[in-house]
Amino acid sequence: MVATRYETVFDLYPYARVAGQSGPVQRHPVVIVGGGPVGLALALDLGQRGTPALVLDDHEGAGLGSKAICFAKRTLDIATRLGAGQKMVDKGVVWNVGKVFHGQGKIFEFNLLPEDGHLNPAFINLQQPYFEKSLFEAIETAQANGAPIEIRGRNQVTGVTQQEDLVTIEVDTPEGLYRLDADWLIACDGARSPTREMLGLSFEGRVFEDNFLIADVKMKADFPTERWFWFEPPFEGAGQSALLHKQPDDIWRIDFQLGWEIDREREMEPERIRSRVDAMLSSQSGTVPEYDLEWTSIYTFQCRRMQRFRHGRVLFAGDSAHQVSPFGARGANSGVQDAENLAWKLDLVCKGISDQALLDSYAAEREHAADENILNSTRATDFMTPKTEISQIFRNAVLDLAARASFARPLVNSGRLSVPSVYDGFPLFGEDALQGPAVSRPGAPCPDAPVGDGFLLGNLTGGFTLLALGEIAVEPVRLEAIETRLLHLTDLSPELRARYMGSSLGAIYLIRPDQHVVARWPAFDAAAIERALITATGETLV
Amino acid sequence: MSLTLDPNIHDPDDFYQELLEAHEHLSKAESDALNARLILILANHIGDREVLRAALVAAK
Ligand SMILES: Cc1cc2nc3c(=O)[nH]c(=O)nc-3n(C[C@H](O)[C@H](O)[C@H](O)COP(=O)(O)OP(=O)(O)OC[C@H]3O[C@@H](n4cnc5c(N)ncnc54)[C@H](O)[C@@H]3O)c2cc1C
Repeated sequence: MVATRYETVFDLYPYARVAGQSGPVQRHPVVIVGGGPVGLALALDLGQRGTPALVLDDHEGAGLGSKAICFAKRTLDIATRLGAGQKMVDKGVVWNVGKVFHGQGKIFEFNLLPEDGHLNPAFINLQQPYFEKSLFEAIETAQANGAPIEIRGRNQVTGVTQQEDLVTIEVDTPEGLYRLDADWLIACDGARSPTREMLGLSFEGRVFEDNFLIADVKMKADFPTERWFWFEPPFEGAGQSALLHKQPDDIWRIDFQLGWEIDREREMEPERIRSRVDAMLSSQSGTVPEYDLEWTSIYTFQCRRMQRFRHGRVLFAGDSAHQVSPFGARGANSGVQDAENLAWKLDLVCKGISDQALLDSYAAEREHAADENILNSTRATDFMTPKTEISQIFRNAVLDLAARASFARPLVNSGRLSVPSVYDGFPLFGEDALQGPAVSRPGAPCPDAPVGDGFLLGNLTGGFTLLALGEIAVEPVRLEAIETRLLHLTDLSPELRARYMGSSLGAIYLIRPDQHVVARWPAFDAAAIERALITATGETLV
Repeated sequence: MSLTLDPNIHDPDDFYQELLEAHEHLSKAESDALNARLILILANHIGDREVLRAALVAAK
């Protein structure tokens, strides 16, 4: 029996019996537990590289309820590389204007004028089920093109045993239990990760003593596409802070920070929710537009991570490995970056090109990223819910000043939107002989820039890329089984120059499959590039 | 620039009086808020993180 823990909104991978359920135990190179955003992204990336990926999910599609709504540029860039980005951007809402209120008054307004010369916007608002559906559809397309990806719905992992050279997995289905073996098991099974539990691993951090009421409402009336955030909202019973944010399909996300001592059942009564929503919506215009409650829920948040993301042949990615409060939208966004960091490394290991030690670099790099995300979302949470009298005094002083002086506005923290981590100083990165712009330094994800009719990132696919810019001599480089694709651009857009060259006339970049810069030079030097490639694969080539 | 802990305020008695006058007739809560705003304004004016860090240490 597989229990239904939540309702699905899109049925994507209905249960179907497979041969492995009755025949001899089958062995798979990679088994992914969980078909949320992270598991799907990982399966797609692996499959496109030709490494077979089997996803086991205990449901049959995307869960009801929006959960994540903000998807950041880096996530969209990754989705674009995987062939799923366009649909997300087409469906998503791009917003620019944000207003910050404190009590009755608006303290300031900002416009996120996006920087020019990127394919994708700074971020979009999109309900998580749509995000997952786009990934799933890209998986179907990849499958049709021969990518070895399989998803099994209503396959619940109930047992995980790790041996020296394989992982044994017990799976429950509507037709009973079966067993399978995997070389690698990737736990993308969410914050409550049954895999983590089964292996008896801890997940420590900080619980925020606060409850957030989340209401997605469908509004028929016209309402500006802006993000409104209140500190100490003036409307009755709204709690410490409140947020209003637009999603596609005329849906608005509304959050109320209710505090710790609440009666959950009572707070979930539709009339009570409606009276809060009425007060919020009428606070600016005096009238309440007609609306329906689409989805409501009460959450508490935690910031925590596993001490290590790799445990032998079991690796953790996404919410199973780390959990953050939602301020800054760092959950799904960072999880998708986990997937992209892991995919190419696991691919090299599965193909026997790299030794499994390469996977330790996944853990190290993404543990660092998780710390950064936890730091940011903890700071936002502390600003929104001051924990001591003096922090309340300073917080309100910042808000008071922000209304009259621009200097205080950058101190106002209602969440710092997810940006990718730069792996500064990590061992897989090499020299910065170019001394070029900081945005594209070794460790950084490549910034996008216009190239011809398209964009740079669209050209950085597959394996490693050797990017040559300007009229300089360059030759292809190949290191044993690691092929490096040469991309030589001589017709350079001003953005490309500004983001990659600085004052140099030419530049050579070695770029990882996950589009992070390994090293860069002012001129071609085959030996230096070979050394950098060895470094970039963690000296694990077999 | 490093943090100055030597006398640097012209006419210190005058300044001190102005500082206290700013707090006159304020409740404890209002005074606390004023101090917090003042610290933030001065910190921004200084800007230099090294100096600010040294000041935090010196004030302990
Ligand atoms: C209210 C709210 C707002 C949020 N807003 C944002 C936002 O704006 N931006 C953002 O980036 N993030 C946001 N997040 C976080 C985001 O939803 C999560 O980070 C994201 O869902 C994590 O993805 P995941 O794939 O790691 O795990 P999940 O999405 O939790 O997926 C785990 C999957 O594993 C399956 N599974 C579990 N156990 C088993 C088992 N034993 N066997 C088989 N399958 C199993 C589950 O059914 C599920 O499909 C928000 C979260 C909440 C709650």
